[in-house]
Amino acid sequence: MTPNNSVLGASVSRLEDHGLLTGQSRFIDDLQLPGTLSAAFVRSPYGHALINGVNTEAACQVPGVVAVYTLTDLQPWLTDTRMATGLPSNSFRLDVNPRVLAADEVVYVGEPIAVVIAASRYAAEDAADLVEVDCEPLEVVADCRAALLADSPGAHRKLSHNLVAAFDFDYGHVEDAFRQADVIINESFRLHRGGAHSIEGRGAVASHDPVTGKLTLWTSTQRPHGVKRVICDLLGCNDDSVRVVAPQIGGGFGPKLVCYPEEVVVAVCGKLLQQPVKWTQDRYEYFLSTTQERDQYWDVEIAVDNDAMIKGVRGALLHDHGAYTARGLNVPYASGVALPLAYNIPAYHLDVYAVLTNKVPVTPVRGAGQPQGVFVMERLLDRVAAGLSLDRAEVRRRNLVRKEQMPCRKSLKLRGGTEVILDSGDYPATQELALEHAGWAAFGERQQAALEQGRHIGIGLANFVEGTGRGPYETVTVRINPSGNILVATGATAMGQSTQTMLAQIVAGQLGGDLSLVSVNCGDTDATPLGFGGFNSRQTVVAGASAHAAARAVRDKVFRLASRRLEAAERDLEINGHNVFVKDMPDRKLTFAQLARAASGLPGFKLPVAESGPGLEATESVVIDDMVYSNGSAVAEVEVDIDTGQVDIHRFLIVHDCGRMINPALVEGQVAGGIAHGIGNALFEWMGFDDNAQPVTTTFADYLLVSADKMPALELFHRESASPFNELGVKGVGESGCLPTPAAIVAAIEDALKPFDVKLNQAPLTPAVLWGLIRPAPGISAPEHWRSPGIDTAAYRKGVLL
Amino acid sequence: MDSKIALRLDINSRDYHVNVEARQTLADVIREECGLTGTRVGCEHGVCGSCTIVVDGAPVRACLMFAPQAEGKKIRTIEGMAEGDDLHPIQRAFSDNHALQCGFCTPGFIMLIAAWLEQNPAPADGEITGMLSANLCRCTGYRNIFRAVKQIVAELG
Repeated sequence: MTPNNSVLGASVSRLEDHGLLTGQSRFIDDLQLPGTLSAAFVRSPYGHALINGVNTEAACQVPGVVAVYTLTDLQPWLTDTRMATGLPSNSFRLDVNPRVLAADEVVYVGEPIAVVIAASRYAAEDAADLVEVDCEPLEVVADCRAALLADSPGAHRKLSHNLVAAFDFDYGHVEDAFRQADVIINESFRLHRGGAHSIEGRGAVASHDPVTGKLTLWTSTQRPHGVKRVICDLLGCNDDSVRVVAPQIGGGFGPKLVCYPEEVVVAVCGKLLQQPVKWTQDRYEYFLSTTQERDQYWDVEIAVDNDAMIKGVRGALLHDHGAYTARGLNVPYASGVALPLAYNIPAYHLDVYAVLTNKVPVTPVRGAGQPQGVFVMERLLDRVAAGLSLDRAEVRRRNLVRKEQMPCRKSLKLRGGTEVILDSGDYPATQELALEHAGWAAFGERQQAALEQGRHIGIGLANFVEGTGRGPYETVTVRINPSGNILVATGATAMGQSTQTMLAQIVAGQLGGDLSLVSVNCGDTDATPLGFGGFNSRQTVVAGASAHAAARAVRDKVFRLASRRLEAAERDLEINGHNVFVKDMPDRKLTFAQLARAASGLPGFKLPVAESGPGLEATESVVIDDMVYSNGSAVAEVEVDIDTGQVDIHRFLIVHDCGRMINPALVEGQVAGGIAHGIGNALFEWMGFDDNAQPVTTTFADYLLVSADKMPALELFHRESASPFNELGVKGVGESGCLPTPAAIVAAIEDALKPFDVKLNQAPLTPAVLWGLIRPAPGISAPEHWRSPGIDTAAYRKGVLL
Repeated sequence: MDSKIALRLDINSRDYHVNVEARQTLADVIREECGLTGTRVGCEHGVCGSCTIVVDGAPVRACLMFAPQAEGKKIRTIEGMAEGDDLHPIQRAFSDNHALQCGFCTPGFIMLIAAWLEQNPAPADGEITGMLSANLCRCTGYRNIFRAVKQIVAELG
């Protein structure tokens, strides 16, 4: 009765591939229901303005236009005009939920004001251009630092200040730590992350069935259950009359976890017009209206003794929250938690200020604030090394959480109050392996030799610990159908991370090992009423645990029934493929189909195994409150062209540990993708806004994603420290790659620029930024985003409304 | 925009008769009028390459071409790659090398590679990378796509 483990831990081919490779899989814009109407949104051209009126007359005359709706038109069908989509927190000081449509005031460029419904997208977009919105521009809050000054206008006209939330992390005796320190180093950091930019934008299709009265919303979301809740509440529908389905998702990377105004509007219109309504976002709209991560300003100091042992870290973090609360405070919260995770830091105090601006709301992008926390900590340690003339790796070696400390209780709490307990891993060994592969010790000689040839090469190191597997659960149903196939249904939602394959491997591991028998239904609220979806590198941990438990329960039922039918002890039975047979007697067998039919019962007859109940099915929602922590160490080697500011990444290697790997090829795929995103954050991706909070990078020609020629050959190494916190021993991996990457690359660039004594406390470092830092030309003032960072602490502390 | 143009498009060696507005992009017509939704639209401004198809042997951004411009040309899309259940070698190489995750950009990459390899059957590594940098992928970090191309080149060689 040993489970078939050959499928678990193997780099098997993906279930998802065939449909995707042949073009048969259906993404949101591929759904073409008969009679579908198209929606186009009229959006705010201003960062902040009053709306004095909306004239839809000309738009209504466009051939093909069915309706043009403003909030006034939709309001009778809505229970509220605001969308409650944020996670709760006691730290909020302002209540700024997004509007379904803006009616009297717009607070960011791209905020939807009206919707046009027409026979085609072409007609809808033509008409949207003809909707006249009478706007009266108001003062704009474009910078989250200025937003906290006492004389700043409010990002919303009725607000007297912009401090949407304030909270802190505080443990240990911080004052003592700094009083007793031998060395105190203080730094300011400006960190910018842009958008997620899944290649598929957002989109939604609503269809109301007049026969059943049911409204189905297909939407490109990471959280169909979350969207359903908002739709039911806002449309005043009971849960049975709404179904939300995530079709094939063309990448999420964070922002698709939010429920957006467009989803609500499309749902209302589908119901109102009794015809399917589709909205497909274009890339320009993605830049304007899909949530981003954007700006953080850190002002921090670290206290160490003469041996470089950390005594404490303290400081402040200013976080650009955008114009509304679309998800909560999880990004700055995760930044603050990520900073001290990998190291023994006896005292920590961080004041966090989340600040409203007239920009599209901020919510997690892959990494969700953690890369920034890692960046700050790693850069501080590099400064400590420089200050004490120690090797950068040695400073880390002395302070990393050690293996014998595991499980290591940190004096930190997760956003829901659960304690942070690092479950497992050997962080120093991970770092050593990375250094060894990188040839860290010998790099100095190479660097010197290169410098003698006029070449500037550098090396950087960054460690990270990522919180993964956010609970409390994900539901999974496993059923062997009477036709003999295995159906897995779950609230987990796939957006490219191979969720179906991962779950199929776990289930097949218990049920015969044949993946071709398994199909996985993800992200359909009718198939699985309770669920959360895909975010926070969670699904392998939480959905994996439930899949494992459910598959084992079904396996028990299979064996109980087969044992009676084959007249053999359960311990003598085995499953191979769809056959259940007596060990060493392969002819004494029953198939899944035979067993599932028998288990279904016959009218008037007793069930074959009364205690198993009918069918071969089990549903499990394994509750996991504690997160599990992946870790890793990354080393980047770069060359900087000092004449152009161009950076070439010569090598990038990472040693990572996400516990037991269900499928190593998929793990590597996730890590590599995360690194690519991190390289973008280090060198390329800059979401620009002008002083009026007008976006200035709204195409892929202005906002640069990493392309194939900018990717170094990656060197990936695994360690597998099984987590003791779940039965499979797994940890999440979806975001890991992007956590250490900007920190390692920026450290390498700074190392390469040693002769210039350049301090790099910001990301991204585009060639223009770097060139400006290497050769600041007298009399030429660099554009704002080129300037070296720095918070005017005194000014904002004075102005801040605490 | 009430005047429509009757077009015959030759897609994957099959004729499609459609009535379209002059301004309709080839991508939209292939997807919406011909029902071949495997050609996916990622940016609608010609940078991401997701909508890449092959027109008269050359890789083309279908979002930057109007449908009437394609009349009389031989068009190949992702739906024309596999023979029944048998995947094209490029499709197989993508699966073998885990060169796709969400799969949204994949048809564009496959069509780009298919057209390019016709002209460049024995490319050097740098040339492959240069070719792949024409399209964007947000999931994979490209290295597995590069490996897939190497596998195909080896098979062809």
